[in-house]
Amino acid sequence: MGGISRIPSLKDSDVDQDLAADLQSQVKEAIAQRNSLAIVGGGSKGFLQSAQVETKLHLAGHAGIIDYEPSELFITARAGTPLAEIEAVLAERKQMLGCEPPHFGATATLGGSVACGFSGPRRPYAGSVRDHILGVKLLNGHGEILQFGGQVMKNVAGFDVSRLMVGARGTLGALLEITLKVLPLPELEQTLLFKCALADAPKRMSALARCSIPLSGLAWAEGHIFMRLAGSEAAIRAAHAQVGGEPAATGASFWQSLREQTHPFFNGSQPLWRLSAPLASKIDVPEGEVCMDWGGALRWWHTACPATEVEDMARSQGGHASLFRDQQPVLGAMPPAGLLSLHQRLKKSFDPHGLFNPGVLGLH
Amino acid sequence: MNDWPARRDALITGLLEFMPKDCVLHEDETMRAYECDGLSMYRQLPGVVCLAETAFQVQAILRLCRRLQIPVVPRGAGTGLSGGALPHQQGLLLGLAKMNRILEIDVDNLCAVVQPGVCNLALSEATRPSGLYYAPDPSSQIACTIGGNVAENSGGIHCLKYGLTVHNVIGLKIATMDGELLEIGGKTLDTLGYDLLALLCGSEGLLGVVVEITVRLLPVPEQAQVVLAAFDEITKAGNAVADIIAAGIIPAGLEMMDQLAIRAAEDFVHANYPTQAAAILLCELDGANAEVSESIMRVRQLMLDAGAFEVHTAKDEAERVAFWKGRKAAFPAVGRIAADYYCMDGTIPRRHLAMVLTRITELSGEYGLSVANVFHAGDGNLHPLILFDANEQGQMQRAEALGQRILELCVEVGGTITGEHGVGMEKLNGMCTQFRPAELSQFHALKAAFDPSGLLNPGKAVPTLHRCAEFGAMHVHGGNLAHPELERF
Repeated sequence: MGGISRIPSLKDSDVDQDLAADLQSQVKEAIAQRNSLAIVGGGSKGFLQSAQVETKLHLAGHAGIIDYEPSELFITARAGTPLAEIEAVLAERKQMLGCEPPHFGATATLGGSVACGFSGPRRPYAGSVRDHILGVKLLNGHGEILQFGGQVMKNVAGFDVSRLMVGARGTLGALLEITLKVLPLPELEQTLLFKCALADAPKRMSALARCSIPLSGLAWAEGHIFMRLAGSEAAIRAAHAQVGGEPAATGASFWQSLREQTHPFFNGSQPLWRLSAPLASKIDVPEGEVCMDWGGALRWWHTACPATEVEDMARSQGGHASLFRDQQPVLGAMPPAGLLSLHQRLKKSFDPHGLFNPGVLGLH
Repeated sequence: MNDWPARRDALITGLLEFMPKDCVLHEDETMRAYECDGLSMYRQLPGVVCLAETAFQVQAILRLCRRLQIPVVPRGAGTGLSGGALPHQQGLLLGLAKMNRILEIDVDNLCAVVQPGVCNLALSEATRPSGLYYAPDPSSQIACTIGGNVAENSGGIHCLKYGLTVHNVIGLKIATMDGELLEIGGKTLDTLGYDLLALLCGSEGLLGVVVEITVRLLPVPEQAQVVLAAFDEITKAGNAVADIIAAGIIPAGLEMMDQLAIRAAEDFVHANYPTQAAAILLCELDGANAEVSESIMRVRQLMLDAGAFEVHTAKDEAERVAFWKGRKAAFPAVGRIAADYYCMDGTIPRRHLAMVLTRITELSGEYGLSVANVFHAGDGNLHPLILFDANEQGQMQRAEALGQRILELCVEVGGTITGEHGVGMEKLNGMCTQFRPAELSQFHALKAAFDPSGLLNPGKAVPTLHRCAEFGAMHVHGGNLAHPELERF
């Protein structure tokens, strides 16, 4: 496959290594020993329960950017590559990961970010982590190295295994390499504020989302709607004239704090629930306990209410809830009861010996 | 199985217990309309046709077929281009086009709930009065169904900016082969557990039958504007595409046509294309007025800098529509200059465009068949149209062999055998080129997790390892397959 051009400045640095063969032999060893494996990346998401098994499969050393072609809008990197490194390399070429995955710690890796599948404030307007996945290389539970998708935007050959890996938290296999679509950095971003009571916020945000304006974020916190616009200066000026709002001086840091959960709201002492809801659905909880992202479709709620109550409330609105942070590590977005047996069969189809991350997502 | 006539009778009797009489077709002449999809070179009369009207009926039909061990081939409008809806001789063809109601347009939540038989364009037309539309727009959008779009993960000319079907579907209800109804997602932006929506989009009817779909709607852009640029060399046009993307512009559509396609389209619809050009680019930008006006000026300059000898911005909506009409009519236009044409669907990394097109020209000479190229340049999806005459002895086989060579070329440069048309029956051999046995085995295991009985659309999309071994062995002996008319495994 000659002629694949590489960017000279992106030569693998000394610390970058290809450990695929080594990882593969560890998996084969585990199969032979009938051991389970806990997949470990940068360890930045300790609030999620990891597999309670002795033997670890460490991915952090399997690092390095393999291919980056700015004009083709993709980047391929090994799973252990630090997320921060990828973002820095993209920024040099005025590009970014459109899904804005949160790091939740300096050690976050690309593989961990994809396995967890969390997306930041830009998600409704630029797409989620899984929306940007173009291909993966992975180790399955037979110890085979498999490759799905590729580096092109459109590819419908075979089932979309690459995207299935997003949010699977390593229960289907260990990600080795990932190719993501990248997007140009906007020329300019501007945040505008609207004073708004919580109860009115979903409807008002829905109205804003229906305008033909270049949205890149829409959230509610601190008694205000925060609206982020992205584009040329003229486009932002025109949108501002159309929908109004007060320019916010600290816009960038607000979005960063929402993405990384460093905003004071997240210091709440009660357990933190994540509610995914139809964006305009009403919200009926005390104002101090909640903030909203994704134009109202993602709601963070600090509450001591029993799990069944929170889950029932989410369901009654056509959404779903999962416990996100608590005193103890949480299980995360477990499959709904009606789909559990299908999940178990799917897991078995990739990992017949139950090797990878047993217990994660409630799956064994 | 040799007891087919008896099982067929049992199927018809069983169906008529709960289906209206006019929804069960079993005479050859009434089933004739279902013998092929958009890839008409593959034809097969189905065992029985059943046209479902409700999700409940779909479940009952699947339960019955599961009990009788009869394969089921789901079908939408039959516009697919890879033979995914090719009937099974001893199977049921399950038509879903009658389930064509838009169940809800939820303006506040920017989504719509539809049955699988709703026509793609009809949905956008229904939502447009609310200022919203459904983004994926495959060329067949006046006829194709949303259910079929889900099965194929259809794209369209706007997918560089707005994504494929998978990016726009947020909820599905599917019936499994056991007749169980599964609800996945809804009006939310994500689901709990595995991303089954991603897996189901593009699964070509092998995993479940889609009976309801929730899609995202987007606000209709305030403005859309298109630039037409003409180049005397394909390489220059390819460079212009790279320059536009590198400048941080994501066009709503970015299409390329080569000279044969330009001339055919111009003769057909008189779109005012420069017929002396080696290639033209159509670049559409959409969004707010201010942004579009600015970006159009930048795109014009980038095209000129890349060596365009003519750059023309549509002066009004009528001209914009005319520019697109030529592109959208490219396939039928080519159909006018050749008795038959065979449409390929590879995707390549754009940087290899010039090399791939040169190689296609060489292959075209080698096989003695002309090739016109239409290209979704923004996302690298290439549609070479191979011109042939099926009435000339051996030409169809040559066209297929040439097509296979072109797909191998796409894989060789790091691309794929299908960008948006799916594998179906057509590209089973291509799958052997693109994937190794370990990946194909994983696909089969994954299918079995949904459909352990293997009755849903069997023999499509993923080849057996046996078939690949056979294909590989023959392949080594040279490009042309012996007896290509024979079914292999």
